[in-house]
Amino acid sequence: MAAVTTTTSTTLRPVRRRFPFGRAAAWTVMGLIVLITLLPFYWILRTALSTNAGLNADPTNPLPVDLTTSGFERALGMQSAEEAVKQGGAGGGLDFWRYLLNSVLVSTLITGCQLFFSAMAAYAFSRLRWRGRDKVFGLFLAGMMVPTIFTLLPNFVLIKQLHLVDSLLGIALPTMFMTPFAVFFLRQFFMNIPQEVEEAALLDGAGKIKIFFRVVLPMASTPIVTLGVLTYITSWNDYFWPLMVSYSDSSRVLTVALAIFRAQTPATGVDWSGLMAATLIAALPMLVLFACFARRIVSSIGFTGIK
Amino acid sequence: MTIASSSPPSRLPVGGAAEAHSKPRTRRTETGENRGDGRLAALFIAPALLGFVVFLLWPTLRGIYLSFTRFNLLTPAEWVGLDNYVRMVNDPIFWDSLTVTVEYVVINIGVQTVAALAIAVLLQRLTQSAMLRGIVLTPYLMSNVVAGLVWLWILDTQLGIGNEIISAVGVERIPFLADETWAIPTIALINVWRHVGYTALLLFAGLQAIPGDMYEAARVDGASEWRMFWRITMPLLRPVLAVVLIMTVIGSFQVFDTVAVTTAGGPANATNVLQYYIYGSAFGRFQFGYASAMSVALLVVLSAITVLQYRLTRAGRTDLG
Repeated sequence: MAAVTTTTSTTLRPVRRRFPFGRAAAWTVMGLIVLITLLPFYWILRTALSTNAGLNADPTNPLPVDLTTSGFERALGMQSAEEAVKQGGAGGGLDFWRYLLNSVLVSTLITGCQLFFSAMAAYAFSRLRWRGRDKVFGLFLAGMMVPTIFTLLPNFVLIKQLHLVDSLLGIALPTMFMTPFAVFFLRQFFMNIPQEVEEAALLDGAGKIKIFFRVVLPMASTPIVTLGVLTYITSWNDYFWPLMVSYSDSSRVLTVALAIFRAQTPATGVDWSGLMAATLIAALPMLVLFACFARRIVSSIGFTGIK
Repeated sequence: MTIASSSPPSRLPVGGAAEAHSKPRTRRTETGENRGDGRLAALFIAPALLGFVVFLLWPTLRGIYLSFTRFNLLTPAEWVGLDNYVRMVNDPIFWDSLTVTVEYVVINIGVQTVAALAIAVLLQRLTQSAMLRGIVLTPYLMSNVVAGLVWLWILDTQLGIGNEIISAVGVERIPFLADETWAIPTIALINVWRHVGYTALLLFAGLQAIPGDMYEAARVDGASEWRMFWRITMPLLRPVLAVVLIMTVIGSFQVFDTVAVTTAGGPANATNVLQYYIYGSAFGRFQFGYASAMSVALLVVLSAITVLQYRLTRAGRTDLG
């Protein structure tokens, strides 16, 4: 194509090209995306540090209006009911320390147990030989097809029959033992551990159990940690299941508490300052967790995609 | 260690039985390749299998069974045959909520897929910055509840910054979540905000598999970015895109959290999505049988969509050769 050659030579190695409109436009779009992604987070902080009166008077101020920590005090139950009402709160006793602790307990229980049991199963599916292995694994894979939401109602009936409604254990139990995805995910990594490593350990007289703890788990520590962080975030953010199971403060987790906080405030004159403070309390731990593991998580999203 | 070494090859080899029989069994030199690990495997698989049977397999079967019963949690379930399904087919609210859900899914998936694709391509062609990928993922770390509440505040008719900006531009304030026509698109977009980064990173991972020299070759031929996108990126990304679509559509159909905290199904059932209706039937009206029947219907719809999408998009087959 003779006609194209001229343009080709210019695009190939632009010595000094005209202003790259395409690239500039692309960066502008990228900038906008970052802005839309991050601005809500700033807005939570700005609102949480404002007074409700200030928010009413000056809704467009980009900075906190009448800088105060009153919203946080209200969310954490550090304000008397009287004071809370005066500040535009509902005055209902909400203690986010409690819910924070509950969320930590539930997420830790789920993540710890689920990882360990799933790793054990993945080991059996990848490095042990036994009759029916592929059939059982196929069953686990089929389990991935059932949407979690379908099992919630019957699981609630079961948890009720076990008299575990309104307990932290009741919230944790259904996902404590495994998810088909976790087993599948870890099996992929265990299968990639070279046979020679295991053989060497066997020759040294190590048993299969010792190999699991001393060889397989350490060698797969990176995917295990990644999966752990993702599982922690998922359990922390879960709302539907805890909503079904928990009725009182004793088992209330942050997501459920937030929704109650929102429902308590009157439709007119919502306690936005307190609500955003509570939202920040619920969100911050995950942001910190992510900040610590961001690189690892970001680069492994491709693998975890099947979730 | 003790358990393992006390269960030497003396046991019947179960796994690769035939193979093991034909070979002389020596103690450790065979490195366990041919030994069956039956009892040990049972130990390792037990907790996960227990969880699988009790909290996944059994509930699935029970959910299907309950859909044929009348059940209010207090008295034992009573078999009623197809009553729940007959009722469902004749229930206008069910059909309304199915329509609302489909409307939500179409907007949610439509916008999200296009946006995620754009972000993924920008991340691939413009910059490989891991930091940007991290930023794009941050909303995904929030719960749906948090995302719902933040946008509820931003879009508040009276005080929300979103509406302040709209009125500053001179347009009338929009009651985003309190208006029958706006509520579903608004909820759909809130969830796009939360999920688009995750979807983009999935697609980005797919893009990484496309050899860079294809773009180089195209550039030498004088192809524009636009042309490269349609001629290289899209055809080669198709299998990944198909899988991602199936995943996100299934997730999208299960929308509940955002509706529960922002509109509670209103105004006038305008956001009464299927999962919200199911929840209300079970926990508001204690009709667990009817709720189960609708769950089964949702399950069937999702399975059908998966199969259909898999067929249509020929997922799993790649053009990469």
